[in-house]
Formats: sequence, C-alpha cells, structure tokens
Amino acid sequence: VCIHRVRSCSSIGLVKSKYVCLFDKAAFKFSHQQRLFRTSAVSCGQIVQFKLSDIGEGITEVTVKEWYIKEGDSVSQFDSICEVQSDKASVTITSRYDGIIRKLHYNLDDIAYVGKPLVDIEIDASKGTVKEDVVETPPMSHEEHTHQEIKGHKTLATPAVRRLAMENNIKLSEVVGTGKDNRILKEDILNYLAKQTGAILPPSPKAEIMPPLPKSIPAAPKDKARKIPVPVSRPIVFSGKDKTEPVTGFHKAMVKTMSAALKIPHFGYCDEIDLTQLVQLREELKPVAQIRGIKLSFMPFFIKAASLGLLQYPVLNASLDESCQNVTYKASHNIGVAMDTEQGLIVPNVKNVQVCSVFEIAAELNRLQSLGSAGQLGTNDLTGGTFTLSNIGTIGGTYAKPVILPPEVAIGALGKIQVLPRFNEKGEVCKAQIMNVSWSADHRIIDGATMARFSNLWKSYLENPASMLLDLK
Amino acid sequence: MVLQTSLKNCLQLSCIFRTPKAGFRSTTSGGLIIQSVSNDVYENLAVEDWIHDHMNLENQQVLFLWRNSPAVVIGRHQNPWQECNLRLLRQKNIKLARRRSGGGTVYHDLGNINLTFFTNRKKYERTENLKLVVKALKALRPRLDVHVTDRYDILLDRQYKISGTAAKLGRTTAYHHCTLLCNADKLVLSSILKSPYKGLKSNATPSVPASVKNLFEEDPSLTCEMLLDAIAEQYATQHQIDHRITLINPADEVLLPGISNRVKELQNWEWVYGKTPKFSVSTCLHMVYKDSVLEVKVDMDIKHGRIEVCNIGLPEQWLPPALCSELVKSLTGSKFCPNETITLLRVFPQDDELHSRWNLLCENMMMLM
Repeated sequence: VCIHRVRSCSSIGLVKSKYVCLFDKAAFKFSHQQRLFRTSAVSCGQIVQFKLSDIGEGITEVTVKEWYIKEGDSVSQFDSICEVQSDKASVTITSRYDGIIRKLHYNLDDIAYVGKPLVDIEIDASKGTVKEDVVETPPMSHEEHTHQEIKGHKTLATPAVRRLAMENNIKLSEVVGTGKDNRILKEDILNYLAKQTGAILPPSPKAEIMPPLPKSIPAAPKDKARKIPVPVSRPIVFSGKDKTEPVTGFHKAMVKTMSAALKIPHFGYCDEIDLTQLVQLREELKPVAQIRGIKLSFMPFFIKAASLGLLQYPVLNASLDESCQNVTYKASHNIGVAMDTEQGLIVPNVKNVQVCSVFEIAAELNRLQSLGSAGQLGTNDLTGGTFTLSNIGTIGGTYAKPVILPPEVAIGALGKIQVLPRFNEKGEVCKAQIMNVSWSADHRIIDGATMARFSNLWKSYLENPASMLLDLK
Repeated sequence: MVLQTSLKNCLQLSCIFRTPKAGFRSTTSGGLIIQSVSNDVYENLAVEDWIHDHMNLENQQVLFLWRNSPAVVIGRHQNPWQECNLRLLRQKNIKLARRRSGGGTVYHDLGNINLTFFTNRKKYERTENLKLVVKALKALRPRLDVHVTDRYDILLDRQYKISGTAAKLGRTTAYHHCTLLCNADKLVLSSILKSPYKGLKSNATPSVPASVKNLFEEDPSLTCEMLLDAIAEQYATQHQIDHRITLINPADEVLLPGISNRVKELQNWEWVYGKTPKFSVSTCLHMVYKDSVLEVKVDMDIKHGRIEVCNIGLPEQWLPPALCSELVKSLTGSKFCPNETITLLRVFPQDDELHSRWNLLCENMMMLM
C-alpha cells in the first residue's frame, strides 16, 4: 500500500490540477492512519529551469568557478548559488526561487552560457496561499512515511508553521499538535523548542494563527490554561551546532608528541624560590642590556642556572633509547623554551647554553621570540633540544605538572612571581618575590634525590645570583 | 535601509570634509565620494564588501578612494603559489589578500592609488569609469599619453600599464575597481610577483604579466594626492555633485556595523589560501647530502589549501620506511604552509644521522610552500 501511495504522489506532481486523496482507514494496521492528502500544482515539486541571466556589457559566456550549493540542497530566494567569472569580473548568481536544487548543469571550470539553464530547482511545496492551509508535509523517503504511520501522527500545519519548524531543524513528526485535527500550531513548535532549551517563551502572538482557525476560539481558554504564564520576551532559540573538524597541523603534532610522552613514567618535584635578589639584579642590568639592544627578562638567568646545574647532574640532560637499553649523556645543553604562538605551542631551543653568557642567551631568546611570533622559526631552532623550561607564569599559575618532551628526560615549569610575606633570618616578616617551580622527570633513569639536589642547586644560584659567579664557565 | 541612513547621518554630523569647493550646499542624491583613512588592505577591502552589501545604490553612485601599505592582492579565483613569491612575502612582511572581484594579481603600496566605482547592476560600465580616469589625468597633465585598452587596462605611452581593472557583480549592485601607479616600488613589485614554485598545475585564473611604469617617472611633479583630487573632481563634475570627499574610518563599527567581522573574514587563512581552487604540485627536490645530490620526486594534490594526497619518492633505505610513511601521514590533511610543516619536525629518530636526513627532507619540503 505504501508503494501505491508513492506512485500516486509522483503522478500528482506532473499534472497541474488539484487532487484529493483520502486513504481508507481499513487499509492500515493502526487506527489513526488518516492522512489528508490535498495537493496543488506546486506541492509535489514543479521543476523549474533557472537560466543564467544577462551579465551585462554584451557578455555571452562565463566560467563557473565555485558552486555554493549541491544537488539536494534547499535554497531560498536571493541565496547565492554560484560564482562565475568573465573577463576580470566575478559575478555572484543568486536564486530567484525558493526550492530544492535538483540538477547542476555545469561542473567547475565549465563554460556557462547566458540564457541557458544553470540549475534545475524544484519549487517549494509550501508556496500555497493561506487559504490552502492544510498542506501535508512534503513527500519524504519511504522509510519516513512508514515511520510516521507507526507513530500515528498526522502532520498538519500551515506554511508559516512549517517554515518555523524547518528554520529550527524540527521534525514535525516529533511535535505534538494541539490544534484542530491534531494540527500543529506555532505555539506547539515554540513549546517544543522551550522543552529542548529550557527557554522562556512569550504567549503566542495571535496574528499568524487566527485566520485558519476561526473555530478554535472556544478552545482558546483551555489552551491558555495549559501555557506557563511568562513575561513577554523574545523567544530564545538556540541554533548552535556541534562542529567537527579534522586534527591537523599543530594539533596533530601535539597529539603525536604527547602520546609518546605518555609512555614515560613521570614523577614531579616542586619547590619555591625567593627571587628578591634576582629581581633587583635584573632591574640594574636591564638598562645595560637595553643599550646593547637586547630585552632582558628573567629567562636567561633561569636558563643559565639550569645549565650550571646540569653540569653537576648530567643525567638530567640525557636521552633514553627506545628499548631502554642505553642512556646517552648529551654534551650540549640545548635548553628549550616553550612559546605560545597564535597557532599553538612551539618549543625552540637555545643551543650550547653551557658556553653562553647570560647576555648571549638573552640575545638568542630575543631572536627566537621574534621569529616565533612571525611564524618563521627554522628547523635548526626547533630540533636538538635536550632539556626544557616552560615559563607558564607569564600567563599565570603557581604550580604545574609539565609533560616531558621526548627524547628528553626532564622539564621544568615556572609559575608567576608573587610578592608574598616571608620570615627573614631575624624572624621578621618581610616582602619576598616568590616563584614556584614544578619539575617533572623520567623515573626510569632519574630518581627523586637527583631531581631534588639539582633543584636545590638551581634554586641556590637564583636566590643568590652572586654565587653563579663562582661556577660560571 | 537603517544602514544607509547611518552613513547619510554621518555626512551631516561628524564626518570631516575635505576641500569643500562649492560651499555648503547639501549633497544631491546623485553621488558620493569617500576616502579611507586606513592603509590596511583588509580593512579597505572590507569597506568595499560592506558598501556592496548594504548601500542602496538605486539613485546614487559611490566613488571610493583608498591606498594600502605594501600588500599583494590576488583575484577571487587565483592561486597565490602561482602568482607570487610567498617566501619573499613572508620575509618582507608584506601582506597577502584575496579580493572578492575577479582578475589578476597586483602589488599595492602607498605609491599606488585604488579607485572603486559603485553603481547598481544596470549602470555597471567599466569603460566609462576608465575614460573618466583618463580625462582626469589629461586635465591635470594635458600632454600625458594615456588611453584605455579593450582589456580595461590604462596604458602610458602606448606601452606601459599604469592601471589594471577588476569587477564584482552581485544581485542588485556592482563595483568596478582599478589601480593607478603613481610612485610605487617597481623593484619590489617585479620581484614579489614572480613565483619561484615549479611544477604547479591548476585551473586558477592566471595573471597576464605586463611592463609597468609609474606616472611619477613621466612627470616627477605628480603625487598621489594630486591624482586623487583630480579624479574626485572629474567624478564630481560628471555626476553633478559637490567636490567633497568624505573621510571614513574602516574601524568605525557604528558607521559600518559588522565591518570588523568582514575584516576578520578577509584575514582568515581559510579565505586567503583555503579558497584556492584545487591544484597539484609535481616536482623534484634536489637535496644536497654529504657528497651527493639526491633527486626526490614529489607529487601532491592540494584542495582548499590542504594537502589531500602526498607522494614522496625517496631513494631506497635513505630513511626507514616507517619514518617515510610517518611524514606522508602527517602531511596529508595539513595546510600547505611551512608553519604547519615545521611542527612535524619533532620526531624521535634514534641517531644524529637519521635526524639530519629527516631535517633535510623536511626543510626541502617546506621550500615548496
């Protein structure tokens, strides 16, 4: 019987006169299967050939450069259909009709001719006037037909209500109609939406609903009683959609790196550093560096102190091979500095810190930072790192849990410098510039004691910068 | 309609007027001359978009005058890799923009002026606009040998191109814009508009290269300001309106609601690079490694600016197969852009030898982008 129905539908579409098809109740298993099927000439889709209109300047042919729609898409009048080009002019062709695209007459880069068909559009079924109010939902696929029968719903609705449903991606079959003959009213759509989003909706405006339903006035008070009394406000309709996109570029690289990092058994060690003296020292040295054309931050000190520490604890500057059979103690201290760029995390490194002065490190950092923000870092800058420091404190935070970047075995995350009260040697409360450091290390070859001792050494250099002078190479 | 009113309100209230030559007669609804205070190519292109979409041009026409700091502007359907030297562009920090009109690639700097003629669809007439420009130039310097060609270029001395044209037609409005070389940097122009990329195959609109000359070379007393004034005056005369140039600021969201979103759209990688029609790269890398030169065949298909298909023909065993397939897998789906490729460099090869081979290959691949 369903097949019979579909066939009737298609035959109706080709003929211009009105048809009314009433299907016998007895024909179906379920009792409420009556579907009022009145159609007009336009209902089952009249295919119109939309021709390419005159471009002007006597142009007869253009090249199709981009399609904005594909076959099966629905379009409204004035939606963009495609972009064509003719002799340095790019033209946007817009639709004259509401409907569904049934055929594209050209492929990309084909030559299209003015006056010849560009696309075939099936005119929208809901173009009927208000008088022709009861319009069946457009013929759907076979499965949806069957689905609707099983649900026992008649989906009767005016064109305005159907448009509202379409705009909000609502299947009419899922909305309970409260009008005559279970007709779906605008309020039903709004109530449905309210349930979806928990939004507060206004009482339904009368204008659109009134004309087709003069008989439902006695029913109105009953309807009103069902509605939730709400203050008048605009209906909040959430039409946001989830967005899925492939993982590429920076994120893909991060996935790779972090998945590899997961294989390393991390342990953490944190401490607090009193940078009061270093802050003062930097203030004195900043103008000196400025004269030489270099911006001096705290990082060069942290990096140099780390390198001095690595000289005493070279295992932290090592690399474990895949099979964990061999440990390679790297001679160069190529200390990586995590950088946050527009595209994401990038870690260039300063090469051979063990033979660089603090000033040289500062200069190199300046260079890497400007290249990094311009997206012009070279391969040499981004590879060969042996140890990493991440100054997350510039953005914020105190303690962190950094992830080691293989093939390295240790990493340090530096929190922000805060002014906090501390006790001095005399037992008095004084202002101190405190920064927190969080180390992570590979527990397969580094033990807690080594990490702690390295951290203490690094801390002592920074808390008392003059002591760095003794061990500077 | 509301938007048109706000621009009209601006005219009466807070806009700055330039050289009011005809006194303070109220503007008739025949035409409007506006000039941008910004030199940012994205902001200025956004203004064009805004006017095209929002202004009612049934009864009036608009002339928009603008200049940009160094930028390369490609046509709507063009391929930036084919049209310019992207490496040099990045090095010199020159901007790259894709406009919405068709046509070829041009180089803008402050020595070049841009003119946009907005009309309704029916009044779209490029030749008339260009004749107006020629008339203005001749009024300024009667001995200039300038004329309009049938390709809508303006030639100086029958030889040198001083202006190129492009146009955009919408449903009800249209615009025709053109450049005019007054005193642009010809050295940068010629070097930046030469593509070093080989083996590109694409259906994108190609540019037609031409010898160019600055009007300044013909007559050193000419400046951009003089040209702008002359053209505005000619436009005012022809449309019987006041020679009054209204300055507009493309950052003014109140005057031009939604403009900042349009600017962002134009700056977006997806528009500038991602809109490139599908193309393929088929070339050979010549990698110098130790004492030998390796020939590596590379074939890639790029769609929406992303590498759809990638084949790299390395000599056998030069890199372990796992690493090769790793590289190809990472590149596939990535943007055809050196900034993306560089992130792939983080791998964990076992030894220095392997690491340096990997780096060499990656660097060479990046040179293709």
